Amino acid sequence: MSVIIQAAKLQKSYAGVRVVDGLDLSINKGECFGLLGPNGAGKTTTLRMLLGLIAPDGGTAHLLDLPVPQAAREARIKVGVVPQMDNLDPDFTVAENLLVYGRYFGLKDSEIEARIPSLLEFASLTHKRDAKVPTLSGGMKRRLTLARALVNDPDVLFLDEPTTGLDPQARHLIWQRLRELTNQGKTLLLTTHFMDEAERLCHRIAVMDNGKLISEGSPRELIESNIEPQVVEVFGEHAAAWARAHAAAYAQRFEVSGETVFCYLQDARALVAHLHTQNGLRYLHRPSNLEDVFLKLTGREMRE
Amino acid sequence: MSHFALPCLSLRFYPIWQRHFLVWKKLAAPSIMGHLADPLIYMLGLGYGLGSLLPEMGGMSYIAFLAAGTVCYSTMNSASFEALYSGFARMHEQRTWDAILNTPVTLDDVVMSEILWAATKSLMSGAAVLSVIWLMGLSHSLMSLWMLPLALMVGLVFASIGLIMTALAPSYDFFMYYFTLVITPMMLICGVFFPVTQLPEGIQIVASVLPLTHAVDLARPLMNGVVPPQAVMHIAVLVAYTLAGFYISLVLFRRRLSR
Repeated sequence: MSVIIQAAKLQKSYAGVRVVDGLDLSINKGECFGLLGPNGAGKTTTLRMLLGLIAPDGGTAHLLDLPVPQAAREARIKVGVVPQMDNLDPDFTVAENLLVYGRYFGLKDSEIEARIPSLLEFASLTHKRDAKVPTLSGGMKRRLTLARALVNDPDVLFLDEPTTGLDPQARHLIWQRLRELTNQGKTLLLTTHFMDEAERLCHRIAVMDNGKLISEGSPRELIESNIEPQVVEVFGEHAAAWARAHAAAYAQRFEVSGETVFCYLQDARALVAHLHTQNGLRYLHRPSNLEDVFLKLTGREMRE
Repeated sequence: MSHFALPCLSLRFYPIWQRHFLVWKKLAAPSIMGHLADPLIYMLGLGYGLGSLLPEMGGMSYIAFLAAGTVCYSTMNSASFEALYSGFARMHEQRTWDAILNTPVTLDDVVMSEILWAATKSLMSGAAVLSVIWLMGLSHSLMSLWMLPLALMVGLVFASIGLIMTALAPSYDFFMYYFTLVITPMMLICGVFFPVTQLPEGIQIVASVLPLTHAVDLARPLMNGVVPPQAVMHIAVLVAYTLAGFYISLVLFRRRLSR
C-alpha cells in the first residue's frame, strides 16, 4: 500500500510551548484516518503543517509524495479541505461558490460547470443551486463546504471537525457521504471530538495529547489494547460512597465522576448480581467503546 | 520559508481578482454612488462656493484646480477603504483568505490580488469622477486621459500601504488611527484643496515626501494638457511606495497567518 501522508518527527512551538512534539504519522492510500485529541492537543496545527500552510520547526512532512511546505502548491492541486469553521462566500449562491472555488485550482469554467450538477447531487443541494449562502442551514453549509472541497476531484481530503455543531440528521448524512468517498478510494484524514464518528468511519485512529501521539490503531485494536471489555456505569446519590466500599471488589478499575461511577471489568456478571441487591443505585452495563479509551488516555479533567 | 523572502508571484492571483469583481458586480449600484457622491459634493460645494470668492488658483479657476486634486484623493480613498475594511473582512471576518489558501494559491498571490483589486476600485472611482469633470467641461485636453493610469497607480500605492494596517489590525476600530492620522492630513497638506506652497516650510517638507503630493503634482498638469515637470521622479516615488508597501505588508501577513 502506498503512503499518501507522512510526518516524521514533526515539531511546532508557539510562544515557547510545544504544540506538536515529535509527531510520526503515516497514512495509506484509501484509508480513513482519524486524529483524536482534546482541545489544544495539536490536531489543527498538525493538519496545517501537513497541508503546508505553516512550516514546522523541526521534522519533515510529505503529502502525495511531495515535501511540504516546499512543494505545497503542487501537492494541494490534488487535495480537498473541509475547515473547522465555515468560510463559504456569503455574497454568492451555492453554484457560484463552487465555480469560484474551482477557479483557484486552475480549472476552466466549462470544466467546473460540467462538474457542478454531480457535486450538488452528492451534497443533496440540487434544489438549492441558486440559493444564497446565508439562507442555508448549518447542515447545508457543511455539505456545500464538502462539495467545494471535491471540486478539484482530490485524491486526499482533510476534514477538521466536519460535523461539529450539526444535528443528528445532518451528521448522519455527512457520515454517509464520507463513507462513499472512502469507497471511491479517496484518502481521508479527519479530526473529531465525536468518538462514535471516529469508530464508525475510521479504519485507523491516532489519539493525540499535548502534541504527542499517545496511541494508534484500528478502533477495535485501541479498545482491546487499552481497556477492559466491559463497562458498568453506576448512578445515584450514593454511588460515590458505594464505590469506596465495594467497587474494588468487583472491578479491575473504576473511576468516580460526579454522581457516576465507571467500573471497567473483564466479566460484569458478579457486579451486576451485586447491584441488584443495592437499593437507590441504577446501572448501565455495556461493552467498552472508544470514548472510554479516549478518557482513559487523556484523563477526565476539562481542557480549557 | 522565511517571512522575509521576496514575493513569489504567479498568475493564480487572477481567479481571486475575478472573485472580488463578481462580489462587486452584485453590489455595483451603491458602490458607484459611493465613488461619485462624496468627491462630487466636495468638488462642487467647495469649487463653486469657495471658488466664487477666489478669482483663480494656480492660474486656473478654483473648481478646475480642485478637479485634479479630487481625482487623486477619491482614488486614494477608494483603495484605502478597500484594502483596510474590505480586506480585513476577507482576511479575518469571512475567512475568505483561509478558504483560498487551502487551494494551490499562496499568500503572496492573495496579497497581490488584494492590491490589484483595490487599485481596480481606484480606477473605477477615478474614471467616474473624471467623466463628470469632462461632462462639466473642466478639462479639454486629451492628455487628461493619462489620469486613468494615474488613478490605477494611486490605487496601487494606497492599497499597498493600507494593507500594512490591515496586517497589523486587531479589529476594525484600529483603522480609525490610520484614517485620522494619515489619510485626512494627507488630503489637507498634499495640494488637493490649495497649493502646497501656501503651507509653512516645515509642513511643505513633510508634504514633499508624501505620496499624495506626487500624485497631485502629476494630475494637475495632465488635466491642463501639460506634460508634468519632473514626471519621472514623481512616478518613481509612487512606484517605490507601492513596492515597499507590498513587501512590508506581505512580510506582516506571513507572520500573522503563520500563527
